[in-house]
Amino acid sequence: MTRRLPTNFVIGGVLVALVVGTAALSLVWTPHNSTQMAISNKFAAPSSTYWLGTDQLGRDVVSQLMAGARNSMSVALIAVLMGGSIGVALGLMASAIGGWVEDGVMRLADLGFAFPALLFAIMLAAVFGPSLGNAVLAIAFINIPVFARVTRGAANQIWTLDYVSAARAAGMNRFAISRDHILPNIGAVIIVQATIEFAVAILAEAALSYLGLGAQPPAASWGRLLSEAQTLMYLAPQLAIYPGLCIVVAVLGFGLLGDGLRDMSEPRLRRER
Amino acid sequence: MIELDDFSVGFGAGTALRGATLTIRKGDRLGIVGESGSGKTMLALCLMGMAPDSAQLSGRLSIDGRDMAGASEAQWQVLRARRIAMIFQEPMAALNPLRRVGDTVMEPMRVHEGLSRGAAHKRALALFEEVGIPEPVDRMRQFPHELSGGQRQRVLIALALACDPVMLIADEPTTALDANVALRITELLVRLARERGMALVFITHDLAAVARTTQDIVVMYGGDMVERGATADVLAAPMHPYTRGLLAARPDPTVPARNADGTRRRLPSLPGSVPPLNALPQGCRFAGRCPVELAHCATRRPATRLVADNRQAACHLLEEQAR
Amino acid sequence: MGYFIFRRTVGFILTLLAVSVVVFAVMNVLPGDPALTILGMDATEDALAALREQLGLNEPLLTRYVNWVWNALQGDFGISHSFRVPVADLIVERLLMTVSLAVAGMVVTLILALGLGIGAAAQHRKFGDWGVMFLSQLGIAVPAFWLSMLLVLLFAVNLRWLPPGGFAGWSDPMAAIRSLILPTIALAVVQSAVLARVTRSAALEVMRQDFVRTARASGLSRRRVLWRHVLPNAMVPIVTIVGMQFASLVTGTIVIENVFYLPGLGRLIFQSISNRDLPTVQALVMLFAAIVVTANFVVDLLYVVIDPRLKARA
Repeated sequence: MTRRLPTNFVIGGVLVALVVGTAALSLVWTPHNSTQMAISNKFAAPSSTYWLGTDQLGRDVVSQLMAGARNSMSVALIAVLMGGSIGVALGLMASAIGGWVEDGVMRLADLGFAFPALLFAIMLAAVFGPSLGNAVLAIAFINIPVFARVTRGAANQIWTLDYVSAARAAGMNRFAISRDHILPNIGAVIIVQATIEFAVAILAEAALSYLGLGAQPPAASWGRLLSEAQTLMYLAPQLAIYPGLCIVVAVLGFGLLGDGLRDMSEPRLRRER
Repeated sequence: MIELDDFSVGFGAGTALRGATLTIRKGDRLGIVGESGSGKTMLALCLMGMAPDSAQLSGRLSIDGRDMAGASEAQWQVLRARRIAMIFQEPMAALNPLRRVGDTVMEPMRVHEGLSRGAAHKRALALFEEVGIPEPVDRMRQFPHELSGGQRQRVLIALALACDPVMLIADEPTTALDANVALRITELLVRLARERGMALVFITHDLAAVARTTQDIVVMYGGDMVERGATADVLAAPMHPYTRGLLAARPDPTVPARNADGTRRRLPSLPGSVPPLNALPQGCRFAGRCPVELAHCATRRPATRLVADNRQAACHLLEEQAR
Repeated sequence: MGYFIFRRTVGFILTLLAVSVVVFAVMNVLPGDPALTILGMDATEDALAALREQLGLNEPLLTRYVNWVWNALQGDFGISHSFRVPVADLIVERLLMTVSLAVAGMVVTLILALGLGIGAAAQHRKFGDWGVMFLSQLGIAVPAFWLSMLLVLLFAVNLRWLPPGGFAGWSDPMAAIRSLILPTIALAVVQSAVLARVTRSAALEVMRQDFVRTARASGLSRRRVLWRHVLPNAMVPIVTIVGMQFASLVTGTIVIENVFYLPGLGRLIFQSISNRDLPTVQALVMLFAAIVVTANFVVDLLYVVIDPRLKARA
């Protein structure tokens, strides 16, 4: 039986492929060096050499946007991997042990929700000074409670199934059951969540870099490009457009892809979203 | 007051109601009987102008002499509550859980008749007394979850009567209730219909309830009206094989409707169940489950025959006998 | 019910305490010398020692934590290094700005989200529904600060209808309101994108229930059924999300203040980061986190007000 793929999955997939492809391409090739300045050539109009023109320091806009894609993807990947693996581990542990450990982990997760990424990044920036690394840490941190909750909820359902009881009866310990039976069965839920958190992380990185708490000059980041463009809004409004569009495309892409993956993994829930 | 002539309701390829013809006059007490899926609830919703948006209506549906088959939502809103009111099966689910029941009953009076809060309160109080709710002043201040099932159904009846309708449609009003409570609710409906000179359309699969409540009966199966007549006559001498099946499957009235643990007892029933809309046979809808089926039943639709005065049935067997 | 409120209140206080521990720990326990951070690498050892003494850094950690909490409870958040005035005074001066923006943002968010969400549910599977879903999908993906820049570009740079930023105080109320229009829209659009979706799906869920049919059978208009019967019953999930959105409302307010140069707490926190003004940052982070926790606590209590059935169970 062939089933049509959900529309949001297809659109999301195309957008994600575009962004990830651009980021990958920027590793080996960009039209120009994204940080190379040429003051004499500032605010150049779009041309065959500079497809979207140049900025106030004569840097090629397209190259900067491509480098920005690479920056966004790596920050989101590291932050979601870090926060996700800690959160999944905590969630599995809470579900496997239960009792006060489960309560404790869930209370800690509640606590984590009191700190938006921005507040955490602000604290880190105040203590250590602003840096991209601190921004990554802050985004990773807010992912921990999200993944802990989702993992524990999904894992608790699997623990009630017969074959898990059978494995316990066969003398498997809880760690081994979590690894061999629980984790593979909640993989879909975690991947869906990770895709959605990827979108959240891209937005967070852009906001933090815009506010000066993330990528520092001259590193290219969509958020930082926008903060530079803001001071030039009367001179070169076009510079305030492109990086924002890139953010929207990337966030929309991962968001739709996540929704689509969820629709495919839980057809029951598909009807009214 | 209400006339249906060759009225049909379709959903895409399926037909929920096929060529229904029916007249309801003031003071009539009419029972509509059939299993779930027979089209009786769809018929009731059509009388309220509340068929789903996806339904395709055809034929004539006239109320107070006006054709309402293509009427707008606004035209229906004028009729609802003031001419025709309806009560539903699950009294718990049918009441807004966040509202005090008194406010729920007062709302249509205030909206339709512009009554002041005080006047509406007074009339609601009188209605609560009329439908037999004890301590009505206190009850009006309560929320649905604080009332018993029977009391909730009485509240719904009070709500239906809020604007003095001339017709009340009761869609399986007793199914969710204990046998004892159900009995009193049916008694109440009959009393109200008599006292108010109101028409009552009583929809049910409970033949005992229909016998107590109504003068006339329509038996429905698969969207067709298969038999009709005076209630006593039809129940005493059913002509359509489906009606006979229903009567044979009637639960023993000495057995309570609920088991000792409180779960609803499964009623004895006809073998099989009503097929889905798009799988119904094109001829007689009952073909396939009929114990006395003829060769052409599944393909040719039986005509509705006037068998005796005020007595109709639609079955090929009757035509064979007449020949 | 009394027990329910008591338990929630205890939980709320414990969460606040835990939040204060986290804030204090991140700001004080992590490796790093605040004195060195403040004075810079080339400070003399004497000056560092003197500053450590002044900041009370030589006391044991626990003593410092207890002092901080105890003083904070009495409205004393210490002295700002950069402004040389009590942090509490700085906060009071800027509180009105931030609260005005947040409240205006929340009100517009609720109007937009409830209107669009209920409207979409009423138009289920028709063009209006589709349009609202598309717009909200887009709204979720648009960063608030970029939307702000686009609004400035259009309404301030090109059309010159509204100021691009800044705030001259409340002495001229018309000018003050004009300065708040764009920030409020930027804040509300992003917030309401999520809330409109939740409202729509909650309303669709309620519309399937029997009492909606009863209300229609009573001859009530579709509009009245939607707003008087469906919406109140959809409020539980909506309020849950509103509570959760307080975290993003706080974040959004901080970001928007910085985009529009509004002199509120969000602006203050960034000035304090640049100035290495740790007591101010610590106080503000604690304040913002406390607002998020309090909002969730209030939501827990609101459930009981909204749904009479919970009163019996709680």
